[in-house]
Amino acid sequence: MTQTIAKKLKNSFPAAAEPGNHHEKYIGLRALFHKEMADHIRSRRFLLILALVVLTGFASLYGALSSISSVVEDGGDFIFLKLFTTSGNSIPSFVSFIALLGPFIGLALGFDAINSEENSGTLNRLLSQPIYRDSVINGKFLAGAAIIFVMIFVMGGMVSAIGLLAIGIPPSFEEAGRIVVFLFFTSVYVCFWLGLSILFSVLCRHAATSALAVIACWLVFTIFMSLLAGIIAAALYPLDGYQALFNMMDYYKCELFINRLSPYYLYSEAVTTILNPGVRSVGIVTTSQLEGAVAGYLPFGQSLLLIWPHLVAMCAMTLIAFVIAYLKFMRREIRAN
Amino acid sequence: MAQTNKIMIQTTGLTKKYGTKTAVDHLDLSIFSGEIFGLLGPNGAGKTTTTLMLTGLTEPTEGTAFIDGRDCIREPMEVKKIVGYMPDNVGFYPDMTGRENLRFTAALNGLEKQAAEEAIDRLLERTGLTEAGNQKVGTYSRGMRQRLGVADVLIKDPSVIIMDEPTLGIDPEGMRELIALIRDLSKTEGRTVLISSHQLYQVQQICDRVGLFVGGKLTACGTIEELAEQTREDNQYLTEIRVISGDNRLTQLLKDVPGVLSVGREGSRYMVGSSQDITDILVDRIRAEGYSISSLRPCGNDLDEIYRRYFEKAGHDYDTNNRKKVKKLFSRSR
Repeated sequence: MTQTIAKKLKNSFPAAAEPGNHHEKYIGLRALFHKEMADHIRSRRFLLILALVVLTGFASLYGALSSISSVVEDGGDFIFLKLFTTSGNSIPSFVSFIALLGPFIGLALGFDAINSEENSGTLNRLLSQPIYRDSVINGKFLAGAAIIFVMIFVMGGMVSAIGLLAIGIPPSFEEAGRIVVFLFFTSVYVCFWLGLSILFSVLCRHAATSALAVIACWLVFTIFMSLLAGIIAAALYPLDGYQALFNMMDYYKCELFINRLSPYYLYSEAVTTILNPGVRSVGIVTTSQLEGAVAGYLPFGQSLLLIWPHLVAMCAMTLIAFVIAYLKFMRREIRAN
Repeated sequence: MAQTNKIMIQTTGLTKKYGTKTAVDHLDLSIFSGEIFGLLGPNGAGKTTTTLMLTGLTEPTEGTAFIDGRDCIREPMEVKKIVGYMPDNVGFYPDMTGRENLRFTAALNGLEKQAAEEAIDRLLERTGLTEAGNQKVGTYSRGMRQRLGVADVLIKDPSVIIMDEPTLGIDPEGMRELIALIRDLSKTEGRTVLISSHQLYQVQQICDRVGLFVGGKLTACGTIEELAEQTREDNQYLTEIRVISGDNRLTQLLKDVPGVLSVGREGSRYMVGSSQDITDILVDRIRAEGYSISSLRPCGNDLDEIYRRYFEKAGHDYDTNNRKKVKKLFSRSR
């Protein structure tokens, strides 16, 4: 039975069934991936951004360590997770630092991905080699994503290790799991920014323009979006006088909805939930809903369930940015310059 | 000579339109295996667009292109495997060394590491870049970049090489080397070479056949002699003779040579118009009269002249000054 199905599949996709062909298909992609990785690791730009992230990581850890004892006094559970979420000495927490700086990692890795190739005349030479055209953009995205994942996980591991040395309390399984999910989520978040900057690098001819465009997006998403959400919600559901009684719920729902369009908000919300088992809901909770609830922490699985939509949305945003970039690049007319 | 009559590159009705502008207009071209073909034309004539279509980088609006029996539009991968393309103003990654750039190209072509290193060493030596191979490409001069471009093309051992303006911006010595290299590629290794250029002199030196490209159309195609034959004005031959210490007596003498239609003089430079090729008779006569010839050149057989005439046909205004000068010289003595 299975054999006949396999045969049928093979017959309907003859190109994929041939092993030699299969191998050949990935030659260009692999070569590009390796080259892009090497380029990133050796580039000064990447080292600069790495230094910045490491610096802020340690600064936030220092802040967290200095104030962790007072935090622990309030409630002694999940101390290890507090390393990431506690801010102290007016230094923001690790999580909020990454939420702000993450976009810059993506930006630095992707803003000149395509247009610099075009401007230096290497794109024509590259495309005249026996590789598929999408290998170029796929290779660039995958190499950037790989770098991001490695970097974020190494950062998280480093902060955990130093934190462990400093406080001497090992993380429980659940805490470790939560940290891994947090790091994964962070990587996806940064990948979104990578996708966005690759998109602009396809759309804009000059690297400087695409970098500015990404920075503009970053500003809009992190700062203006929440302002805008408040204004729009207030315009749709006014809260003056009596109206407040009827509109309160709709107002908050609307504001939340608009805010969630921003990956920054989405990320912050999800990360707060996963790193803080005390968070029981990400939406609006009425007092009647809370009535009779047993006070306690949310299990890991339930926290994951809460942020699942966030993760899906984030992946979808990343994919949308990348797919637009992909289509634009594939349809791009290679012209005589 | 490795030239056979097998057609290597063939296009039929190849057309490319950018909006309303037609860059290439129904191009029919056949290039034989092992020959060097020069695609000539002014800037914007559609040469680069043609090369891009042949390498499958750009899709034609209509028409077909085949290289070695493979469809350039349907099977670009197969075509790209046998075609080496050196773009106009070839670019490399400036932060990588020449060797690393070549290594990357080798990897893209799926070469084994060992084979790739050997090929790179051989090619660097051949293009005279052995010492510069470990320098960053950012430090290369234009000529070195161009030579690295040739090495880059040869990595995949292509049977067809397409070069877009390969001689642009290179010093005379570099040019000489490059031309020798290209000739070697074709004559001893039997590769088919297609060169697009607007530098007539270089093309004339190496090309077996040339095609003149004006406004997206191929206006003429053939060997340089054939083209000269086709375009000869009024069946007239024009010979430029320079003698040491010329005088009016010589003008008169030349006019008396049978077959000579006109003689113009400017200092010791004479332009002799005739109805057929009478170079031998002219030389004999001049020598017999005790003049010594410093140079003799048949005009109208070099590409410059052919090019000019085709442009006049196509309604272009190429180098009118030059032409006027010749005419003036010509009519003064009539």
